[in-house]
Amino acid sequence: MSAAAGDRRAPRVVLVDDHGLFRSGVRAELGRQVEVIGEAEDVAPAIELIGRELPDVVLLDVHLPGGGGHAVITEVKKEHPEIKFLALSASDAPEDVIAVIRAGARGYVTKTISTADLADAIRRVADGDAVFSHRLAGFVLDAFATAPAAPDVRPSFDPELDQLTSREREVLRLIAQGYTYKEVARELFISVKTVESHVSSVLRKLQLSSRHQLTRWAAERRLT
Amino acid sequence: MQEPSEPPWPPFRFQDRPGRSHPRRHGHRWQDQQAFQDRPEGEDRPDWRSHFRRHGHGDGNPLRRDPEDRIAGGVAAGLGTWRGFSPTTVRIGCVVAALVTTGWAVPIYFIGWLVIPAKGSETSIAAKARHDSQGVALAVGVASLLAVFLLLAGVLNDGSIEIYCWPQVVSVACLTLIWRNAPEGEQAGLRHLVAPLESLGGGGDNVRHGTKLRFAVAAGLLIAGLSVLISLRGGLSLLAPLGGFLLVAAAIVVLLGPWWLRIARDLLFERQARARAEERADMAARVHDSVLQTLALIQRSAEDPQTVVQLARAQERELRSWLFEGRAPGDITVTSFAAGIREIQRDAEARHGVPVEVVTVGDCPLDEHLSALLAAAREATVNAAKWSGASVISLFAEVEADKVEVAVRDRGSGFDPDSVPADRKGVAESIRGRMLRHGGSATVQSTLGEGTKVTLTMARILTPAGPAPADGRRR
Repeated sequence: MSAAAGDRRAPRVVLVDDHGLFRSGVRAELGRQVEVIGEAEDVAPAIELIGRELPDVVLLDVHLPGGGGHAVITEVKKEHPEIKFLALSASDAPEDVIAVIRAGARGYVTKTISTADLADAIRRVADGDAVFSHRLAGFVLDAFATAPAAPDVRPSFDPELDQLTSREREVLRLIAQGYTYKEVARELFISVKTVESHVSSVLRKLQLSSRHQLTRWAAERRLT
Repeated sequence: MQEPSEPPWPPFRFQDRPGRSHPRRHGHRWQDQQAFQDRPEGEDRPDWRSHFRRHGHGDGNPLRRDPEDRIAGGVAAGLGTWRGFSPTTVRIGCVVAALVTTGWAVPIYFIGWLVIPAKGSETSIAAKARHDSQGVALAVGVASLLAVFLLLAGVLNDGSIEIYCWPQVVSVACLTLIWRNAPEGEQAGLRHLVAPLESLGGGGDNVRHGTKLRFAVAAGLLIAGLSVLISLRGGLSLLAPLGGFLLVAAAIVVLLGPWWLRIARDLLFERQARARAEERADMAARVHDSVLQTLALIQRSAEDPQTVVQLARAQERELRSWLFEGRAPGDITVTSFAAGIREIQRDAEARHGVPVEVVTVGDCPLDEHLSALLAAAREATVNAAKWSGASVISLFAEVEADKVEVAVRDRGSGFDPDSVPADRKGVAESIRGRMLRHGGSATVQSTLGEGTKVTLTMARILTPAGPAPADGRRR
């Protein structure tokens, strides 16, 4: 997966995060692997900067003081639907992460990710793939759960809306266990491309399935 | 007041520190007017002492109020202990004194409450109240209200009752100061008594059920009182002077009303501010106990990256569970399967310093079989942490309708399952054996140089009373 990425043009990246320390850290670490063309620390400046610079990928913090990462995505997507977002967060309350994904982010990684993995994730998102961290895979499995909820919580979903195929679920399970796409492919005897298409299809379902259901799931998650 | 080197009588200390004149002055007044005469610096002290030698023996401690054994402020109990009388005797004495002195003993009692420190404490309430300018203003305000009321009542009535009431102007002022400055324990009792007043003056934020009833009773009493007054003074002939007095009252209210209102409002604001401050202090305490402590530890072990990572992760987990799961730091009661998995993570990271990435899907209550599954998962995780040499261990748990699955995976050294060292084989057996005993299964996949994956599966036993599995999702 990274063999082909090396010789291509480095993706142009905008960093949106309200922690200056974190921005400069990421910028220093990513320096040679991607081209960081700008930084913003809040929703409004970020929208303006992205509209001006038109980067390939926006690295977006889930939590921003002026309205959250999903506000940036919603606003930018109106004008520039081609710009891709990768959500990044230290705190991952499931409902926040799902909100950003549903707004249109192509993936979600935690801030504890290694630099190499982050650069890889950015390239993957720039190529139009979806990036699922193990946590996001867990959230998605949970949201489309086949398991009964805790005794005092009603099941979140009608069976009809349980949209994941068993193959998609298998892929997500392995990602949740920390498998890379390549390892998933080997484990399931399929190609990496197939893994990527499964993940992309899960992402699409996550973004398109009934808002009502996922909102309720998130609300219940908060309660449990 | 200087404490004699060899105290001939129990030292009576209001304040031993120099420069605190007020409590001392109150003290003198208290001494002058109380039944027990105490002339502290006088030459006739021996007489005074012999007087007490005849009547009782103190416990040798300084005079202190006794909040444990109290009806109002514990002054009587304190006096009793100090002088060796029974508190009941002192109390009866106080009541008699109150009647004989036409009520003047009551404010004296309150002054005693103010200036005598409580048992186990060195500072009196008065010492605190001196710095409470709002409290002093409130006390004066309340006292002036009562004074105005008595003034009006005095004009209307023949004055036999308000003789007893006038001293209470002082009492009310003292009580206000006590209420605002008493230590927490004493305040709780007082607040219970004062709560109705507070809701009257404090505005609409806590309208109690009893308020309406109280207003009705007050209105009834007022009407009854006025009619009695009018009938006593010969009916309608009173109406003209009454009108005049009402005007005077109105004038006073117009004059002082805004001030009274402001005092009440300040009081309300202050109470809200105090509530906010308490909340912030609570928050600060928690952040201090967890985050700041950890940051300090991280600074101290900056040269050891392993420890830093471990500390940061432990802190991250704790904060996460506080912020998103509403569990207080340090609260580790395990009631559900997912909580048990997180507990394993916590332990493994704390003991072995290897980060454990946990993903849980679904949750269910624990039973004995799932506890066994947790124990096996713990073994597998600890094994991976100890032996694999991997930089991170992945712990995945999924609760499904009919089974629970746990996968423990590392990208460490791995091993050849055919040539397992004896000690590790034993542990593997304990994992597998434990699972089998509870009707589950365990598989161990390992490749040299690539890592190990332990998969544990346990069928769920759904009791009739238990959670209904999601319909239609069962295979």
